[in-house]
Amino acid sequence: MNLTLNIWRQANANAKGAMHRYSLEGVSEDMSFLEMLDVLNEQLNAKGEEPVAFDSDCREGICGMCGLMINGQAHGPEVTTTCQLHMRSFKDGDEITIEPWRADPFPVVKDLVVDRSAFDRMIQNGGFISANTGSAPDAHAAPVEKKLADLAFDVATCIGCGACVAACPNGSASLFLGAKITHLGSLPQGQPERDTRVVSMVGQHDAEGFGGCTNIGECAAACPKEIPLDVISRLNKDLRTAMAKGY
Amino acid sequence: MVPTNQPSVQTSDDAAGYYTLGAPLVDELAPTGPINTRWQRRKFENRLVNPANRRKLDVIIVGTGLAGGAAAATLGEAGYNVKSFCYQDSPRRAHSIAAQGGINAAKNYKEDGDSVERLFYDTVKGGDYRSRESNVYRLAEVSANIIDQCVAQGVPFAREYGGLLDNRSFGGVQVSRTFYARGQTGQQLLIGAYQAMERQVAAGTVTQYTRHEMLEVIIADGRARGIVTRDMVTGAIETHLADVVVLASGGYGNVYFLSTNAMGSNVTAAWRAHRKGAYMANPCYTQIHPTCIPVTGDHQSKLTLMSESLRNDGRIWVPKKAEDCGKDPRDIPEEDRDYYLERIYPSFGNLVPRDIASRQAKNMCDEGRGVGPAVKEVQPDGTEKMMRRGVYLDFADAIARMGREAVETKYGNLFDMYARITGEDPYVTPMRIYPAVHYVMGGLWVDYHLQTNITGLFCSGEANFSDHGANRLGASALMQGLADGYFVLPNTIREYLADGPFEKIDESHPAVVEAKTAVEERIAKFLSIQGERSADSFHKQLGQIMWEYCGMERTEEGLKKAIGLIRDLKAEFWTNLKVLGTADSLNQSLEKAGRTIDFIELGELMCIDALNRRESCGGHFRAESQTEDGEALRHDDEFAYVAAWEFGGEDANPILHKEDLIYTAIEMKQRSYK
Repeated sequence: MNLTLNIWRQANANAKGAMHRYSLEGVSEDMSFLEMLDVLNEQLNAKGEEPVAFDSDCREGICGMCGLMINGQAHGPEVTTTCQLHMRSFKDGDEITIEPWRADPFPVVKDLVVDRSAFDRMIQNGGFISANTGSAPDAHAAPVEKKLADLAFDVATCIGCGACVAACPNGSASLFLGAKITHLGSLPQGQPERDTRVVSMVGQHDAEGFGGCTNIGECAAACPKEIPLDVISRLNKDLRTAMAKGY
Repeated sequence: MVPTNQPSVQTSDDAAGYYTLGAPLVDELAPTGPINTRWQRRKFENRLVNPANRRKLDVIIVGTGLAGGAAAATLGEAGYNVKSFCYQDSPRRAHSIAAQGGINAAKNYKEDGDSVERLFYDTVKGGDYRSRESNVYRLAEVSANIIDQCVAQGVPFAREYGGLLDNRSFGGVQVSRTFYARGQTGQQLLIGAYQAMERQVAAGTVTQYTRHEMLEVIIADGRARGIVTRDMVTGAIETHLADVVVLASGGYGNVYFLSTNAMGSNVTAAWRAHRKGAYMANPCYTQIHPTCIPVTGDHQSKLTLMSESLRNDGRIWVPKKAEDCGKDPRDIPEEDRDYYLERIYPSFGNLVPRDIASRQAKNMCDEGRGVGPAVKEVQPDGTEKMMRRGVYLDFADAIARMGREAVETKYGNLFDMYARITGEDPYVTPMRIYPAVHYVMGGLWVDYHLQTNITGLFCSGEANFSDHGANRLGASALMQGLADGYFVLPNTIREYLADGPFEKIDESHPAVVEAKTAVEERIAKFLSIQGERSADSFHKQLGQIMWEYCGMERTEEGLKKAIGLIRDLKAEFWTNLKVLGTADSLNQSLEKAGRTIDFIELGELMCIDALNRRESCGGHFRAESQTEDGEALRHDDEFAYVAAWEFGGEDANPILHKEDLIYTAIEMKQRSYK
């Protein structure tokens, strides 16, 4: 198929960016979206134009490194990661607009590459269980109800891609945060730090400049791992409880 | 300690003229005594570093996967001053995250006869007796601690209704020792290590450097004392100095271009160390995984693994007649189908080990009985041919027997993934699979303490060579990464650091200046060539050569041809590379150029190693070494050794050092699955 691509090009964080228009021919429907960009980049390189910078790594939907706004939707029209979106989701003659994640706490590094280190800083502020290496009790010492173990797993599948933030009109990272709060807070091992964790992580979330949640739900709709909106309720509940206790 | 085997004596010399024989190699730190006491005694014998002194010691760790992330978390927690580097935008993206199946541990929670001894035995046997028994025993021994550690961190392993951990069996093993978190065990374990590491970042013991690529190791006065990195955003070439350097930079399967590895996985950290004197051991040992989704065209950038568990219920076949290969498989009657694994290996059937399943799939396609779309294959000599590269993995019988719902419950997520990638419904038409490069067992040579032959340079996880022999068992990669990171390195590195802190060196030290200058000149060189071809195009061509001649099946003639082709490719690279953009900005073409030339050099060494090893073992099948039935034939009398290669110099032959593999706790046996 033949496509017209409108791609955001920006030389670096401080440069002014602009949309550039490219036509691309002979795209196969078996290509992933990123492979389509690889083909474009080979052509640009051959013509002496610098290839489009974009992030990707595992290309099997799990590392969370890729992420593009495609026609205004985070990761494009399907509920999946950009690397698992295939060109059969498009048709011959389509015009496709490709932009980086849009959110102040995710500044553009170059072209379609953004800086998501704010997510790491939120994890640094309590997104863990303090367990020193080598002194752990036998794994069977604390049984975990299957229902809770399954819930913890369901939300622990968050890949930290940032689609939730990019999709949110407020630029909120509440889904990312809620997933981690729910994951660790559902397990017995996570209880001792449950209150301090939520207060600390939410504090960092706000300090990074992410917006507040107004329950629009775009985050859950865009999440490639289908993290449910419930985790935000859980986040809010844990936060209220912790604050009521004076944390 | 009575040896059960004699040192091997190599009589063949297929690689004559391609290498120089060096002095034999001995692991000076190899422990002795009863095998089940070796690690305990060594932990006790290794000296301690008191907590106040740990703060004065700087540790550099390259890579943030299970091996690197776990080591950073543990050493940081111990109080050392750790600097952690990764090329991704966050440590959480390391490729360990993509591991699906599970992690082995000798917990014997099922009381089904498992034990440390049995895990040890299975691993050595599975690796075709080409790993070190002391290292493997230690791996089995600490495996149980790994599960405890991860559960304490909040890793959500699968649980039974009683609240206890669930296990399954994996990779043809007869006990249930694999712990899992659905099909995303690697992700959950990595997130656990990452969170533990971020906790140390907050505590100030670990400094993380993301989007930093290590491009050189600094060796001053005979010790590894630091690294040179490139800040991939600003292009700044930085030097980082320390008392010890750990490479935990993963495997090099991307030498084949198409593999199940992440696109960014590369050999540069290890290869730069190799060029500085670190030995590269058993580089030709590659694991080919039989159940990947086939290639669809020359645009393909990577291959996706389908879990091996599908072989429990799916039946593998190809048409008996080549003329049926283009037909709808549902129109091919039962009598015209060849269930070749069930035919050749009646006792194991579709569950034969990875190397055997892979090789037979290739044989079927080579015979012209492959299925799926015919894809243009560019031959390494430049000619093209159309080939069907796929075999059917058919669930029709399973659906008839168990019902569609049961199949959905068991394999639904895999079926969905397949449908997403191929656009076909695997409930209706059989899946197509084909082998792909998955993991490498070769890597930097290390002693029992995971130290390379360069003093102060350690190497852990997939980047080292020691634990998997010629073939890794399923669910053992995660086990090794975490064993090294959480439990082995922290206990061996302290023996080294007990002599530190070492004399301070600074930026003006000649070794630092030399390493930094070398990196700058190399980058300038890439940008100055201004030829016609992208780094990717060289990488793809290398991959075709490697897959064709150093893939599942290897011959003396093919390997010699490949070495010639790779040498030509290397020469062309240095005269015809085209990298646009600048050095002082984010420049992905420049990153690829550096990695590609390192892969090219590694590819040549892999072929020489494969050429020398005239035996079939693990995923490495030398056509000249097979039984009358066409099965792999090992030659313990000639090759029961680790091949550790020393860099011989630019355009000079590499130097082969042999480390004998002498077993005392285990006896070598031939594998048979018929």
